[in-house]
Amino acid sequence: MSSARTPAKPGGGRRPWLKPAVFTGALAPLGLILWQASRGALGANPVAEALNRLGLTALVFLVASLACTPLRETLGWTWPIALRRMLGLFAFFYACLHFGTYAVLDQGLRGAAILADVTKRKFIFVGFAAFVLLIPLAATSTAAAVRRLGFVRWKRLHRLVYLIGILGVTHFWLRVKKDVREPAIYASVLAVLLLARIVVAARERARRRAAAALPVAGA
Amino acid sequence: MKSPAPPSSEITPEALYADRRRFLKSSLLFAATAAGVGAGLIGLTGGARLRGRADKTADGALAKVRPGPFGTSEPPTPLKDITSYNNFYEFGTEKDDPARLAGSLVTRPWTVAIEGEVHRPQTVDIDALLGWFPPQERVYRMRCVEAWSMVIPWDGFPLGDLIRRAEPTSNARYVAFTTLLDPRQMPGQRREVLEWPYVEGLRLDEALHPLTLLATGLYGRALPNQDGAPLRLVVPWKYGFKGIKSIVRIALTRDQPPTSWNIAAPQEYGFYANVNPAVDHPRWSQAMERRIGEVARRPTLPFNGYAEQVAGLYSGMDLGRNF
Repeated sequence: MSSARTPAKPGGGRRPWLKPAVFTGALAPLGLILWQASRGALGANPVAEALNRLGLTALVFLVASLACTPLRETLGWTWPIALRRMLGLFAFFYACLHFGTYAVLDQGLRGAAILADVTKRKFIFVGFAAFVLLIPLAATSTAAAVRRLGFVRWKRLHRLVYLIGILGVTHFWLRVKKDVREPAIYASVLAVLLLARIVVAARERARRRAAAALPVAGA
Repeated sequence: MKSPAPPSSEITPEALYADRRRFLKSSLLFAATAAGVGAGLIGLTGGARLRGRADKTADGALAKVRPGPFGTSEPPTPLKDITSYNNFYEFGTEKDDPARLAGSLVTRPWTVAIEGEVHRPQTVDIDALLGWFPPQERVYRMRCVEAWSMVIPWDGFPLGDLIRRAEPTSNARYVAFTTLLDPRQMPGQRREVLEWPYVEGLRLDEALHPLTLLATGLYGRALPNQDGAPLRLVVPWKYGFKGIKSIVRIALTRDQPPTSWNIAAPQEYGFYANVNPAVDHPRWSQAMERRIGEVARRPTLPFNGYAEQVAGLYSGMDLGRNF
């Protein structure tokens, strides 16, 4: 998983347009929802429509952020790594909007109803857990936080994202009434991404063991 | 006075001039990437899905509709919402799928078989049926198990009138309903989301209750395909999924008939499915509902507000167990 290769330069290096472009595109789902809401074009149940789309957008960003490292390991692409933090923060941004829509518009800020939902309903508990676990990751997303924690501890903390990905997909799966095709697609993509990490880690361990064995053999 | 040379502020910096090609290329790549990322996200999350605007109404208006009993003074949900926000899995599982896809349903000619424990079994043409029972207007609340609700001005006739006409035998205790099975007309049936055809059932006393309606129209016009044309069941004190659509068979039975959502998830959907704020769906609360057109939720009423009329049907029953 860890590689000695350094990520792309903060300025964007050879692709100065990449980060601003992804940032701009990342705001499109929110822009569309706001535009449609203002025109009454979100359908008969606009709160549910906005809620579902914001949640799904958060999940897409979460999966995309988990795809960056496997893309480097398998295809040798380094540019996704430069986007990884932004993708993760957008996942958090949309998760905030999703939870905010649920708490404010859907539940009307009725604390008792929200508490009952979170504690009694498996699918809401799972989604809420994913949201809460994203908070420490977003809070430690800066370079200063990495320095403060130390890279090893920072990295250990950010491995939480694997669990968050699983919780996010589970939340989506449990919500669906009967047709699980779409959550199944996200589950498969997530499974491939996690599997790729396991394979890479296993290979790395084998390489390290071989490297450690070499001097002994030569002695 | 015109100065011969442009002011220095308007002179393109040399570096920028030299970089112009690269700048243009970057701009294009920026625009293309931003558009691609935006479009991809919107596509993946359903923002580009066409909103159902087509209004697939069967030909011909209904005969004159007379007002019926049990009306409510609550403002009716707009026709646009009743015809674009539907659960009709025979045409897809998204709310706007039925409005887009139900145009393929052919509702004439259409026959309904009335059979089972009756003295006069017969297969009747839908137009003959409409002739027997002229439609009356019934403005009912409709509460979906998904915790949203509407107020719908249905046109139709009491199911009890049809059952009495068929003369049930003394063995009849339940009524079983079946939807059309035809994957060519109903594209949703090409996948096993539910067991097809959709089936529903009522206890005979529920079926004979004067509130129970066979709807043939809404808002004074023929029932739109996405709402279950040409004939659907409306049981206003039960969750909406009991309201089986596009009915081709009504059979009186001795035993409790199977029902589609109960087959699919027995722990979540019972046979009775009476609206009950005290009995939660395992995955969400049933205490509140969102009336379509409103943002804030409102409390859900026992039996969807029809307790006075129907609570007696269930006296002595444990409604927590018989959900």
